[in-house]
Amino acid sequence: MRLTLKIWRQAGPDVAGDFVTYQVDDVSGDMSFLEMLDVLNEQLNSEGKEPIAFDSDCREGICGMCGLMISGLAHGPEVTTTCQLHMRSFSDGDTITVEPWRADAFPIIRDLIVDRSAFDRIIQAGGFITVNTGAAPEAHSVPVPKANADRAFDSAKCIGCGACVAACPNASAMLFLGAKITHLGEVPQGQPERDSRVVKMVAQHDHEGFGGCTNIGECSAACPKEIPQDVISTLNKDLRTALRHGY
Amino acid sequence: MAVTGAIFALFVLAHMYGNLKLLWGEEAYNDYAHHLRTIGEPMLPYAGLLWVLRIVLLVSLVAHLWAAFTLWGRAERARSHKYAVKKRVRQSLSSRWMRWGGVFIFVFLVWHLIEFTIVRVDVSGKPVPDNPFQLVVDSFQVWWLTLIYVVAMLALYMHLAHGVFSLNQTLGWTNTKGTYARAKVLGHVVAAVVVVGFLIPPLAVLFRLVK
Amino acid sequence: MTETPSRPLVHDLYFEGTPIKDTKAPNVSIEQMWTKREFDAKLVNPSNRRKLSVIIIGTGLAGASAAATLGEAGYNVKSFCYQDSPRRAHSIAAQGGINAAKNYNDDGDSVYRLFYDTVKGGDYRSRESNVYRLAEVSAKIIDLCVAQGVPFAREYGGLLDNRSFGGVQVARTFYAAGQTGQQLLIGAYQAMERQVAAGTVTPFTRHEMLELIVVDGKARGIIARDMVTGALETHLADAVVLASGGYGNVFFLSTNAMGCNVTATWRAHRKGALFANPCYTQIHPTCIPVSGEHQSKLTLMSESLRNDGRIWVPKRREDCEKDPRDIPEEDRDYYLERIYPAFGNLVPRDIASRQAKYMCDDGRGVGPLVGDFRRGVYLDLGDAMRRMGKEQLAEKYGNLLDMYQRITGENPYEVPMRIYPAVHYTMGGLWVDYDLETTIEGLYAAGEANFSDHGANRLGASSLMQCLADGYFVLPNTIRDYLAGGPFKPVADDAPEVVEAQRSVQERIDRLLSIQGTRSVDSFHRELGNVMWEYCGMERTEEGLLKGIDLIRSLRDEFWRNVRVLGSADTLNQSLEKAGRVADFLELGELMCIDALHRRESCGGHFRSESQTEDGEALRDDEHFLYTAAWEYGGDEPPTLHKEDLVYYAIELKQRSYK
Ligand SMILES: Cc1cc2nc3c(=O)[nH]c(=O)nc-3n(C[C@H](O)[C@H](O)[C@H](O)COP(=O)(O)OP(=O)(O)OC[C@H]3O[C@@H](n4cnc5c(N)ncnc54)[C@H](O)[C@@H]3O)c2cc1C
Ligand code: HEM
Ligand code: HEM
Ligand code: SF4
Ligand code: F3S
Ligand code: FES
Repeated sequence: MRLTLKIWRQAGPDVAGDFVTYQVDDVSGDMSFLEMLDVLNEQLNSEGKEPIAFDSDCREGICGMCGLMISGLAHGPEVTTTCQLHMRSFSDGDTITVEPWRADAFPIIRDLIVDRSAFDRIIQAGGFITVNTGAAPEAHSVPVPKANADRAFDSAKCIGCGACVAACPNASAMLFLGAKITHLGEVPQGQPERDSRVVKMVAQHDHEGFGGCTNIGECSAACPKEIPQDVISTLNKDLRTALRHGY
Repeated sequence: MAVTGAIFALFVLAHMYGNLKLLWGEEAYNDYAHHLRTIGEPMLPYAGLLWVLRIVLLVSLVAHLWAAFTLWGRAERARSHKYAVKKRVRQSLSSRWMRWGGVFIFVFLVWHLIEFTIVRVDVSGKPVPDNPFQLVVDSFQVWWLTLIYVVAMLALYMHLAHGVFSLNQTLGWTNTKGTYARAKVLGHVVAAVVVVGFLIPPLAVLFRLVK
Repeated sequence: MTETPSRPLVHDLYFEGTPIKDTKAPNVSIEQMWTKREFDAKLVNPSNRRKLSVIIIGTGLAGASAAATLGEAGYNVKSFCYQDSPRRAHSIAAQGGINAAKNYNDDGDSVYRLFYDTVKGGDYRSRESNVYRLAEVSAKIIDLCVAQGVPFAREYGGLLDNRSFGGVQVARTFYAAGQTGQQLLIGAYQAMERQVAAGTVTPFTRHEMLELIVVDGKARGIIARDMVTGALETHLADAVVLASGGYGNVFFLSTNAMGCNVTATWRAHRKGALFANPCYTQIHPTCIPVSGEHQSKLTLMSESLRNDGRIWVPKRREDCEKDPRDIPEEDRDYYLERIYPAFGNLVPRDIASRQAKYMCDDGRGVGPLVGDFRRGVYLDLGDAMRRMGKEQLAEKYGNLLDMYQRITGENPYEVPMRIYPAVHYTMGGLWVDYDLETTIEGLYAAGEANFSDHGANRLGASSLMQCLADGYFVLPNTIRDYLAGGPFKPVADDAPEVVEAQRSVQERIDRLLSIQGTRSVDSFHRELGNVMWEYCGMERTEEGLLKGIDLIRSLRDEFWRNVRVLGSADTLNQSLEKAGRVADFLELGELMCIDALHRRESCGGHFRSESQTEDGEALRDDEHFLYTAAWEYGGDEPPTLHKEDLVYYAIELKQRSYK
């Protein structure tokens, strides 16, 4: 198939960017979206034009490195990551607009690449369980009810891609945050720090300049790992409990 | 936000219930209006509870608006560059219209209060009667006023449908798939009850079922 | 180590140097070794630790766990990765699980059995002492991960679930659905971020190490490029740890992430660290086949599918284009069941891979023509579907099957899946001693970057174990002993070694940008990959390897004359990043071929056609090749081979048989 691509090009963090239109012919349905961009980049390289910069690493939907706004949808029209989106989801003659994640907390570095280090700082604020290597008790000393273990796992599936922020009209990172709070809150090991964790992480979230959540739900629709919106509710509950406990 | 929203939701439910008394005729309604002002007497002065209520509502309104505009501002700052193309997947019409819908409801409210409590205007052009029932009946016999109310109720429906779900979520009551789905339904049920309930009296008046 | 070669050039390709005598393992029984080593390692006064600095390259399981633990101990740690967040290291992609000798099922598992299985799995080409220690600390890994909140799969009673994996007979694999690597890495990442908050670990993301700084024979720092600004930075420290992962991407197509590279370890190799067993590559049998020229990487499908799927190809070449559903039972060749009646579809990875290649070479491959060749065999869930029904099948493999459908556009519940082998893991890496120290003092290697524990073949679920054992438990103890001798004399920013390192990196970058030829970096990488796959892939022959070496040399030559890297050095420039990596792959590829050529035996993942039994099985030659091949960089000269003899005290050598 033949496609028209309108792609955001921006030479660096502090310069203005704009859309540039490209044509790609002979796109096969078996290509992933990023492989299609690889083909375009080869084409640009041979024309002596600088290739389009975009992030990807594992290309199998798990590292969370990739992420593009594809015609207005975070990671494109399927519930998956950009690297796992295949061109058979498009048809011949389509025009596709490709933009980076847009959120002030995710500044653009170049073209389609953004800086998501705010997520790391949110984790630094409290997204862990304090235990030193060597200090751990025998694994079977604390059983974890299966239901809790399963919900912890379902929340821990988050790959930190930032699609939730990209899709949220408020550019809020509450789904990412809720996923982590729920993961650590569901296991017994996470209880001692439960109150302080949520308070510190929310404070860092707000400090990073993400928007507030008004429960719109776009985040969870865009999430490639289908993290449900109810983790945000758990976060709110934990926050309320923590505030009641005087944090 | 959630707390003030909840107060509003409860208030509109109660107000809607009160309004339905119009259907029982002049006496029932005026009695109710009078009764509202005498609850608690003699412990409270005349209209005491009403004032308590008014203060709670006013404080809530200020808080609600403050919270709403703060969030709005934060959202604007959080994404100062907009997408060239942005599609919506799951977000409902209601959730999208929270802000402008809220503003609309606020404007409506100002007018509503001018009309029925603070200034008291009779839009039918008759002299303003001192009995609330008459004022309401006079007013809603005017078709365009009723129309304004109908439109306002649509806005209210949307605001409440998302709002009630949203407050459940914000208060952390939707931790499971089940409670989450129930909160979604609850939003629409409460909104529908309120709006239908509110609309019955004006329409009844307009179509001369209540005179 | 350079000494006059003790033997003349072999094939004109390498010298033979002095053997490696001492691995520094304590001279006690294998059960007591690690305890003794831990005890003997000198201590560092807590108040001095802050003054001792360690650079860690890599934030995968090995690097992140080491950073977290050294940070907790109070050392001053700098952590580097090329991704935008430490959490994205390639360990995140591991699916199956992690082994540990917990014996929770009381099915006869023990430290000794895990040790035994790992040595046997590695086809008796690994070092006993290291493997024993690995098995010994494995149980502690699970304790720690659970304490960190890693959501392992559990039974209804709330206890941890285990499965058996990778052809062993006990259930010792801990897992978190099909995302074990992710969950373990998130645990290590969180522990590391905790230390970032505590101020002991400083993260440098989007930073690529491009050179090692060696001063007075000691590793003292690195040159890294800030991939956002392009700035070349010098970082100095008392010790350097390389936990930079594997180099499977030398094959261009592999299950590795796009950025996986050999640069960090190769640069260290060039500075004197020996590179061990580079030719040992693991090829995984169940990957989704290549669909066309555009393909950028291959995706692994969990091996567990072989438990329920039957592998076949058409008996007749004419049938290869047919819809598989129209090929009747009697025209199908269930070749694994035919050749290996006892193990059938569950034979080890190397055997399953090689047989698939034979079938395709025989013209009976299926799927689309890529070039003039069909690369694929059927993995048919039809029987399982009839036996278990769609629902149960979906419950067991739903995620995998969805992924398959997303990638291929075919419905695996109805049409037999297609699979083909792909490069998956590299057992080779920097040579390390018992302390995980390389031949450069103060330079350590951990995780897939070292060669240590898997011999010629790695068992399923044992890499995650090794990475975490190295990072959480081994390194922090052994490196302590080294650091106790520090802080070492400060290195000046303008010391000649530093300036020289900076200059060489700068020069290389300038050179890459100035060639302005006609071919893209990717086209070179792809061609290198084809050569490697063809001549140093699943089956290796003397003739092929010699040809491969020639092809690589001329390709390397062309690369430095004709590569086109656009853009500049002082911005984010992905072509430049790739160019540097491919340049190193072009050197590594040759060494891999030389290593494969010199090892005239078949063992584990290394199959030499010249060394097979009458019925086509790998034939080991313990008499001549019972050693680790550690290569010394030769610069313009050929490399020098140093042999570390493998001595088995605790385990008796046996020939592998799966018939
Ligand atoms: C698809 C797949 C599935 C697997 N499944 C399993 C399994 O089920 N069980 C199992 O035991 N093993 C499995 N493995 C193997 C295992 O995942 C890896 O061997 C292991 O995770 C390697 O970890 P590591 O810490 O050594 O390196 P990696 O996780 O690869 O990390 C490398 C790190 O080094 C950094 N780095 C590299 N080069 C540079 C440089 N030049 N400068 C700066 N930083 C650099 C990277 O940024 C990264 O942080 C699997 C592998 C793959 C590919
Ligand atoms: C200018 C006026 C108003 C604005 C801008 C406004 C805006 C908003 C917004 C943005 C929310 C969503 C908050 C969230 O989900 O977290 C909200 C919630 C809500 N609003 Fe309003 N609103 C206004 C007036 C009103 C009025 C007059 C009522 C009373 C009927 C009302 C009732 C509610 C309710 C019940 C909620 C749900 C509370 C919650 O989500 O936690 N609002 N409002
Ligand atoms: C069709 C719908 C409605 C009708 C017919 C109606 C009618 C009235 C009447 C008659 C009064 C005066 C009562 C009295 O003075 O005793 C009143 C007061 C009021 N109404 Fe409504 N109303 C409607 C909808 C609403 C809505 C949607 C809101 C809020 C969002 C609202 C908020 C109020 C408030 C705050 C007062 C003042 C109460 C007081 O005196 O303290 N009304 N309404
Ligand atoms: S919650 Fe979902 S969308 Fe958000 S970062 Fe995690 S995986 Fe991505
Ligand atoms: S879309 Fe945004 S508003 Fe909340 S529910 Fe999701 S973060
Ligand atoms: S590249 Fe890893 S998730 Fe897409």
